[in-house]
Amino acid sequence: MAKSNGQRDPIYMTVLIYAVLIVVTVVTVYPIIRVIGISLRPGDMLHTTSLRLIPENATLDSYRQLFTEQPFLRWLLNSTLVSFTVTVLGVSLASTAGYAFSRYRFIGRDFGMIALITTQMFPVTMLLLPLFLMLLHLKIYDTFLGLVIAYSATALPFCIWQMKGYYDTIPVSLEEAARIDGCTQWQTFYLVVLPLAAPALVITALFSFMAAWSEYLVAAVLINDNSLYTLPIGLKQFQSAFDTQWGLYSAGAVVVSIPVMILFLLLSRWLVSGLTLGSVKG
Amino acid sequence: MTLAELRDNFERNRIAYAYIAPAFLIMGFVVLYPFFYNIVISLSNMNLTHFRDWKFVGLRQYIAVLSEPKFYEVFLKTVLWTVINVFFHVTIGVALALLLNRPLWGRAIFRTLLILPWAVPQYITALTWRGMFNYRYGAINLWLAKFKPVLDPIIDGLNRFLQPVLGLTLAHPPYEWLSTPTGAFAAALITNIWLGFPFMMVVALGGLQSIPKELYEAARVDGASRWMQLRKITLPLLKPVMIPAISLGVIWTFNNFNVIWLVSDGGKPADKTHILVSYVYREVFNYYRYGYAAALSMIIFLILLVFGINFIKRTRATEAVY
Repeated sequence: MAKSNGQRDPIYMTVLIYAVLIVVTVVTVYPIIRVIGISLRPGDMLHTTSLRLIPENATLDSYRQLFTEQPFLRWLLNSTLVSFTVTVLGVSLASTAGYAFSRYRFIGRDFGMIALITTQMFPVTMLLLPLFLMLLHLKIYDTFLGLVIAYSATALPFCIWQMKGYYDTIPVSLEEAARIDGCTQWQTFYLVVLPLAAPALVITALFSFMAAWSEYLVAAVLINDNSLYTLPIGLKQFQSAFDTQWGLYSAGAVVVSIPVMILFLLLSRWLVSGLTLGSVKG
Repeated sequence: MTLAELRDNFERNRIAYAYIAPAFLIMGFVVLYPFFYNIVISLSNMNLTHFRDWKFVGLRQYIAVLSEPKFYEVFLKTVLWTVINVFFHVTIGVALALLLNRPLWGRAIFRTLLILPWAVPQYITALTWRGMFNYRYGAINLWLAKFKPVLDPIIDGLNRFLQPVLGLTLAHPPYEWLSTPTGAFAAALITNIWLGFPFMMVVALGGLQSIPKELYEAARVDGASRWMQLRKITLPLLKPVMIPAISLGVIWTFNNFNVIWLVSDGGKPADKTHILVSYVYREVFNYYRYGYAAALSMIIFLILLVFGINFIKRTRATEAVY
């Protein structure tokens, strides 16, 4: 085994490295496997002290119940709707704002960028109470509109920085050439820069989507109506104080997590470059 | 800058304002306005009985927060929470990145599996771990019971040393994770460490890949040992990459409501398991002490701002370079 800098690892080192990696990986993956296992348990085996990964008499009954006897499909639909709207809003607003921060030296630019980082220091609960009171006054409390606006705004600062960091790496000369060829400012951005920024757009989309798909607290405060429940509030309901419905909860958790996990893994290659660009090169 | 120059700058950058306007409009509505509104509430006596007929009371709420011993207790716990979490995130993350930054069979598989915790929605992580910490049916205690013959002598051995020196006794498994304050706090910590190390690992891997290989070659020519190379090349060059990530990590962890709240089911037992954000939430949505909670929120923000000013300066410095 050669190390990246060309040195060879002695054999005992290689064994040691593998041992450490395997142990850490098993511990890391275990909770996920465990949930999948519990979701496959038959109804009479939910309270068991068994540690088997795949339970005896494994069944998909919890999944059937989830979709047919619980309003899970409703929650799924609600969450999908909210998350997609937030993604579209997040990507379109962050891609334009990030571009302005990257290319123009306008008055208020520095202030704007610092304001964006400062928002990262706000404790969520600080904005939640005024937001809650405000949405009540505006009569958009307990609506998706309120939720979508809240999610977009909280995801935007990070997305804008991310986009700006990526635009900074695209040479300005391309835009100058396009301008000479007669493109307007908007066309230059739209036809030349935006396609080049595709990897950053993908990351921004993923980030906005995950932010909305996984958010519990804001939804718990701003949504009251049963029919508007999103997945996090719905799943939390399966874990009530007295009787946790482990089968339903686990099946729900699997259905909710698998799509985002796959998405995340598919895009993780860009995530690395995007994040390091966004957070390090600022 | 003269007025004419100002106008000139505005004219030239008109399109830039158009680009940022929609984003800042929304953020103004959801972030900026609530921020100022929160300041107003923090200076008022607003609560359930004074919801509409509230009046200004000056800094009384701030004084109330700062004169309550519970505040310092929770603050201390928050600092402990943040330090322990970030310490483990960074050490585990960097260690794994160092192991993975070499041609290794199955490297991509390990990397993929190790970032999984980051991909799982946080609330699901928290609720799932809460299940695993169940006293009777949770996986943690069941595994501890399996290893009891091995663990018990180790714990006894440690106690023989710890008891006289620190006056500390370690209990034997199974542990009451969720029904004791220490247990619940430890449970939340373990959960949060699990979900947080992949971020640091990914950042560190990115940093390691950007270190020029020639440096190692030169070091080897000069006869530097591996350990020296790690200390003199890898770690110093990793530092500028890790510092912004660590700053972000501190802020995120300090403000991480989900894990502590969902693992402890709202601060159980007996409101002992709180960090500042969950404590505020309890004051607002369970006790309806709006003015008090708003003042507390402002104090949390100021604490983070003091910490964050350095971070902002640094980010601006890197910004200026590029």
